[in-house]
Amino acid sequence: MSHDPHSVGAVTPQSAHFDQPLTLKSGAVIDAYDLMYETYGTLNAARSNAVLVCHALNASHHVAGHYAADPKNVGWWDNMIGPGKPLDTNRFFVVGVNNLGGCFGSTGPQSPNPKTGKPYGADFPVITVEDWVAAQARLADHLGIECFAAAMGGSLGAMQALQWTIAYPERMRHAIVIAAAPRLSAQNIAFNDVARQAILTDPEFYGGHYYEHGVVPKRGLRVARMIGHITYLSDDEMASKFGRDLRTGDYEFGYGVEFEIESYLRYQGDKFSEYFDANTYLLITKALDYFDPAKECGGNLSRALEPATASFLVVSFTTDWRFSPERSREIVKALLDNRRDLSYAEIDAPHGHDAFLLDDARYHRLVAAYFDRVADELGMKAKP
Amino acid sequence: MTGATKRSDFAAIAAWVQPGTRVLDLGCGDGSLLRFLAEERGIAGYGVEIDDRNVLACVKNGVNVIQRDLEAGLSVFESESFDYVILSQTLQAMKNTETIVREMLRVGREGIVSFPNFGYWQHRLQVLLGRMPVSRDLPFQWFDTPNVHLCTIDDFEMFCRQHGARILERIVLNEREPVTVLPNLLGSIAVYRFERI
Repeated sequence: MSHDPHSVGAVTPQSAHFDQPLTLKSGAVIDAYDLMYETYGTLNAARSNAVLVCHALNASHHVAGHYAADPKNVGWWDNMIGPGKPLDTNRFFVVGVNNLGGCFGSTGPQSPNPKTGKPYGADFPVITVEDWVAAQARLADHLGIECFAAAMGGSLGAMQALQWTIAYPERMRHAIVIAAAPRLSAQNIAFNDVARQAILTDPEFYGGHYYEHGVVPKRGLRVARMIGHITYLSDDEMASKFGRDLRTGDYEFGYGVEFEIESYLRYQGDKFSEYFDANTYLLITKALDYFDPAKECGGNLSRALEPATASFLVVSFTTDWRFSPERSREIVKALLDNRRDLSYAEIDAPHGHDAFLLDDARYHRLVAAYFDRVADELGMKAKP
Repeated sequence: MTGATKRSDFAAIAAWVQPGTRVLDLGCGDGSLLRFLAEERGIAGYGVEIDDRNVLACVKNGVNVIQRDLEAGLSVFESESFDYVILSQTLQAMKNTETIVREMLRVGREGIVSFPNFGYWQHRLQVLLGRMPVSRDLPFQWFDTPNVHLCTIDDFEMFCRQHGARILERIVLNEREPVTVLPNLLGSIAVYRFERI
């Protein structure tokens, strides 16, 4: 692979072990756990330039760069993070972490349950965004980061960034909250439940203990991914990418793959079911459904955000119908009510919810400008 | 401060804004005014802006900005949550003039508005000679102007009387110089401070 000066290059995942029990929001306790993480850039002497990148539904700690042994395995936010990129690793120390309950090396349903010696499977406790953030805070302790310069995430990742500002206001100076919602709508939950039902009713799910049977509920996972994927794209984007195009040019009057969109979704579903764990998918969709910081404040999001002292950049995308700009404006309003420093941008992008992962010049320039401000505050000298 | 010299109404506006207050700047452009007010008056504020380039410029300027179409109203802002709501050189480009003035009076304790005076003698003369006016403070040709609701000083004062706004202070300028005689004829820009009656 040729050397790309804007890539962090070959990276190595690391693992941290925690043996202080973590009490979850549900009341369940995880006695010990591991978290997989990656870091890019250098933590400065003041330990003030760390930025936490939180992942959404299907991603991991592998945020940027590639693996030496697997150069095609490029981090999921590589277009955003690297030397000279909007989140510039020449200036910031970036931390990516695979959340608790994940399936990329952190303790999760695939890990052995110390009580039985067998994989947790369905017995792995349900995790919430609050629990993830609590675990991330322990990783921060482990790395010697008392206060992050920023937390950044899109979608479910943005919810974690938001939660950080509520749970650990003194440990988070900025939050970059992209394509977010302060809680799921009934429609969002409905889509999640269809995905869960696809997995739960797969005959190879075995009540979540499919590992013991040497099988994977692939069909369920595949349908779950297909339905999810529909919600990530805008109607216009699907129309322009696939329209009503047919693979063979004409109807075949059968139930095989005919339309290009069918082919695309099935491919996405197949690919996903090869590498993602069904129990983790269930757990993460539940974490999404449960996230609702306003719940404990009688539904009042402004009150829920009262503790947050961070400065915010909130970004939404005009064609995102999963978490539409209206949902971001709920967050904006609550932050305004609390008189927080805040900028909000609505990016006119055609790609729907997925836009937060794509390379869009207006979006990236904005994030870059915001990080310049974060760097300014930290007393870093301006970029040449 | 370079931003403040860009527009002649900035100094007048800045003179009215009390130190340490909360300011909302509608149609804030690149955020120059807010930055100026933050540096000179220690205000805390937000801008509202629709244009992508301006939103980016505000972030670069270190100014809080909310990307929003002013025509859609100010529903994200609570009533009486600002000391001043500023609409600088934007009133004449608003489609829903009455709505925005009502919203300014809802969200702010006081409103500050500046606009090019259509009654300025150069403008009148050009109309008299059969042409749409183009001047330093009204720099657009008729076919590419963002302005849809131009008014004169007398028009605006009547508008305030009819819309529950009490004028507290007025400054009329011609090329930065205050105008005291025949303002509706000799002034090219008017700046007002007003409150809800």
